Amino acid sequence: MSFPWAEQYTPKHPAMQWIDEKLPLPRLVYNAIGAGYPVPRNLNYFWNFGVLAGLALVIQIVTGVIMAMHYGANTQVAFATVEQTMRDVNAGWLMRYAHATGASFFFIVVYLHIFRGLYFGSYKAPREMVWLLGLVIFLLMMATAFMGYVLPWGQMSYWGAKVITGLFGAIPVVGNPIQTWLLGGFAPGNASLNRFFSLHFLLPFVIAAVVILHIWALHIPGSSNPTGVEVKGPQDTVPFHPYYTAKDGFGAGVFLILFAIMLFYAPNYLGHPDNYIEANPLSTPAHIVPEWYFWPFYAILRAFTVDFFFVPAKLLGVLAMFSSILLLFFLPWLDTSAVRSGSYRPTFKKFFWILILDVLVLGYCGGAPAAEPYVMISQVAAAYYFAHFLIILPLISRFEKPLPLPNSITEAVLAKYGKTGGEPVAVPAE
Amino acid sequence: MVRIGAFLVGLFFAGWLLVSFLVGAVAYVTEPPAVTVEHEFHRNPKEVSFSFDGPFGKFDQAQLQRGFQVFKEVCSACHSLKFVAFRDLKGIGYNDAEIKAIAKNWAIKTPDIDPKTGEMSTRAPVPSDYFPKPFANNVAAMAANNNAIPPDLSLMTKARHHGSAYVYSLITGFQPQPAELLKEFPDAKTPQGLHYNPYFANLNLAMAPPLTADGQVTYGDGTKATVDQMAQDVAAFLTWTAEPKLENRCRAGLATIFFLLIATGLAYMAYQNIWADKKKAA
Amino acid sequence: MTTVEHVESEGPSGGDGVRRRDFINIAAVSFAGVGAVAVVVPLIDQMNPSADVLALASTEVDLSAIQPGQAIKTTFRSQPLFVRHLTDKEIAEADKVDPSTLRDPQTLEQRTVDGKKQWLITMGVCTHLGCVPLGAGEGENRGEFGGYFCPCHGSSYDTAARIRKGPAPKNLEVPKYSFTSDTAILVG
Repeated sequence: MSFPWAEQYTPKHPAMQWIDEKLPLPRLVYNAIGAGYPVPRNLNYFWNFGVLAGLALVIQIVTGVIMAMHYGANTQVAFATVEQTMRDVNAGWLMRYAHATGASFFFIVVYLHIFRGLYFGSYKAPREMVWLLGLVIFLLMMATAFMGYVLPWGQMSYWGAKVITGLFGAIPVVGNPIQTWLLGGFAPGNASLNRFFSLHFLLPFVIAAVVILHIWALHIPGSSNPTGVEVKGPQDTVPFHPYYTAKDGFGAGVFLILFAIMLFYAPNYLGHPDNYIEANPLSTPAHIVPEWYFWPFYAILRAFTVDFFFVPAKLLGVLAMFSSILLLFFLPWLDTSAVRSGSYRPTFKKFFWILILDVLVLGYCGGAPAAEPYVMISQVAAAYYFAHFLIILPLISRFEKPLPLPNSITEAVLAKYGKTGGEPVAVPAE
Repeated sequence: MVRIGAFLVGLFFAGWLLVSFLVGAVAYVTEPPAVTVEHEFHRNPKEVSFSFDGPFGKFDQAQLQRGFQVFKEVCSACHSLKFVAFRDLKGIGYNDAEIKAIAKNWAIKTPDIDPKTGEMSTRAPVPSDYFPKPFANNVAAMAANNNAIPPDLSLMTKARHHGSAYVYSLITGFQPQPAELLKEFPDAKTPQGLHYNPYFANLNLAMAPPLTADGQVTYGDGTKATVDQMAQDVAAFLTWTAEPKLENRCRAGLATIFFLLIATGLAYMAYQNIWADKKKAA
Repeated sequence: MTTVEHVESEGPSGGDGVRRRDFINIAAVSFAGVGAVAVVVPLIDQMNPSADVLALASTEVDLSAIQPGQAIKTTFRSQPLFVRHLTDKEIAEADKVDPSTLRDPQTLEQRTVDGKKQWLITMGVCTHLGCVPLGAGEGENRGEFGGYFCPCHGSSYDTAARIRKGPAPKNLEVPKYSFTSDTAILVG
C-alpha cells in the first residue's frame, strides 16, 4: 500500500482476473491483511491484540445474533426467555455463556490493545486518526456493553440502568427530562428494555464499520513498531501474510484456550450473582456494581464527594467520569515528545507504570462497596489519573532526555539476534 | 493552547479530588465509621464439598433424587421452582412413567381454565408443566408468610456467592443470638417473628428453620436422613435446578480445550517455521 | 484463515526439512478448519426445536363428548387437528367409493384404527397450500362431498377426508396416534 516495495496482487486464474476487473475485493483483502501489506518485522506479541479484538467482535456478533433469536424484549418475559435459552434451547447455554464471557474477553483484549498504544506511542503522528477512531470504537463498546447487560432484566440489569441513566439527571435544568427521555418513562421499564435491545443489536455493526475505518487509517502510514523508528526500506518489513497471519493464528489459539477455560469452567465468575434474581423495582441490591470493565470509571464517578461551590459533587463526578475518557482524544497533542516508544523514554516509562498501577487501584475501588477507605483511595488514584494525562505527560515530553534510538528497525533486530542467537520469540521490545 | 487548557482542567480535577480526600480523611479520623453488626457477625458459607465441584465434576443422581424429595416434602410448601418443568426431572434419573406419576400426584395443582365452563380452575400438572407456584401471587405469599415473600428457588445457588455452600450453610445455620452480639449491639436483638442466622446477609431471616429433626423425611434409598445430610442433598438438588447443563458444560470444555491445545501447538510450530529465516542472526 | 502454500518459496529450500515444515503448516491450517466446522454444529443446532417445544409434541384428546356427526378442532404441534365422529351414513358413503378412482387412493379402513372406523382423525391442513379447511365447526360449509372444504382454492374432501375435487394433491394427513382408552387418544 503505502510502501513501493509492497507485493502486487496478480491473479493467475482467469476467474480471479475476471473478478478483479469487476470488483477488486480479493485485491483489497490482499492489500489489507494479505501479502500486499508490508509490516515492520519486529512487532512483539502486544501487536496481536488488534486481530484478537476483531476475533472477539466476531464472536460477540455471532453469539449475539443467536441470543436474539431466543430472546423476548419485554419486561414480563425477558428474564424467563434467557433462562429458557439456558435450559431448553439446543446449545443455548453455550451461546449465552459465550456471549457473556465474550464481552469480558473483548474488553480484556481491547484494554491490552490500548495499553500497547499508550506505551509504544502508537497515538502519535502520523497515526492520530487511528487512535481517535479506536477511541470511538471504545466508546461504542461501552455503550453496547451497558445496554446488553440490561437485557436479561435481572436485579443488576435494572439497577444498573437506573443508576447510569441517573447520571444524566445530574445535568442542571435539562437533566431530568433527558433521563426520562432516555428511559421512555420515569424508571426503567418496557420502553427502555425495547430501545436498549434495538440499539444493542445495531451498535455492534456500527462498531464493525468503524473498525474498517480504523484499519483503513492504519494502512495509510502503516503499522507502528516497538522501537517507534519509522520503516526505512524493504529490509525493515515482512509481508503480513504469511508472517503475521501465522503469528496471529498462534495468538488466536492462546486467546481461545483462555476463553474456553473461563467459558466452560467459570462462566459466572465475572458476572454478579444478583443478576440471577429477576428485576424488582421495589428492592435495591445491597451494593450496585457495574461489570468489571467499568470499575475504574465508576471509581472516578464516586470519588467526588464535596460540592465545588454551586456545582454539586454528583455533577462533578459525572463530568470527571466522561472527561477521563474524553481526555484520551487529546493525547496526541498532549504528549509532544518526538520519540514514540516508551522503551527509549526513561522518565515516561516510570510514570507509565505508575499509571497502570493507578488504574488497577481505581478498578479495585470501583468494584468495592462505596465505603471508607475505598473512597479515599480512589480520590488519590483519580487525582493521579487526571494529573498524569493533563499535567505530567505534557511536562515530561518537554523536559525528558530520551535514550538514543536505533538507526533502523533492522539494526534493532540484528542487535537482538546478534547477541542472543535465534530466540523463539518475535523480538520483544525491551 | 490544548496543553494550557489541559493543564487547567487537570489542575482543577486533581486539586478538587485532593480537597475531597482531605475532607474525607478528616471526617474518617474525627468520626470513624461505626462498625455494623452485619460486618461483625455475618459469616461466609461453610466449607462443604460436593460431587459436582471442579472441572471433572458430576452430579450424584441418588443425591439429587434425595434432594428433590426434601424439596418436595419440605421446601415446596412455600417456595416456587418456576423455571423447572416436571419433564426436566429426567435429568436426575426418573423415567417418563415416574415423571408422569410425580406430576399427577403433586400436591399443588396447576392453574388452568376449566375446559367445560371456562372458569379459572386447577388441574393436576402434566410433565410438560413447570412446577406450580404455592402462592397465586406476591400478595398471597406475603399474607401467608408474615409479610415475607419466599423467593423462587430455581436459580438460588447461582443468585448467591458460593450458592451451593450458602444454601447448605443457611439451612443448618440457625442458632440462638450470641450473647456477645447483644452486649455489643443491644439494638440488634432479633425482632419477633424473625430468626437469627449468621449466614444470612442481614442476620435475621423470616424463614423458620425448615429442617429441624433427623428423619424428617424418609429416604427411599436407605440413607440416614440427618439434618446435615438433608441440607447437603437439597443444596445439591438446587445446584442442579440452577445449572442443569453443568455436566454437559464440563464435558464440552474438556474436549474443546484438548482440541485447542493441539491446534495451538501446531499453530506455534507453523509460526516458527514461517519465521525461521527472519530470526537468524545475520 | 488462508492457506500458507507459498511459504516454501520463501523458506530455505531443499531436503526433508522443507517437507516436514510443509506438513506442519498444512496440519495447522487443517486443524483450524476442523475447529471452524466443529463450531458451526451448535450454531446450526440451536435453531432446531427446543426442549420445551418438543415436550408439547404430543397431545391427548378426550373423545367422550363428541357425538356422531360432530367434529372438533384442536391443536397438535401448533397446527389444527380435526377429530370427527362419523355417522353410519357417512361411513357408508365413504366405503361406496372405489379407491382406484381417487387422486390419492386410500380406503377409510386405511385411514382409521381397526375397529374404530367411526373416528376420523386428520390434520386440519389443506395439502394444497396449508390453509385450514372448513367443515369441522357446526354449520360450516363441508363442500359437495360432505367432508371438508378449503375456502382458499376450493379443494373438496369427502367424509373420509380424501381429496375429491380442487387443486390439493393429497388426502388430509392422518397423524400418528393411538387409543389410550375407549374414549381418549394420544396424538404424536
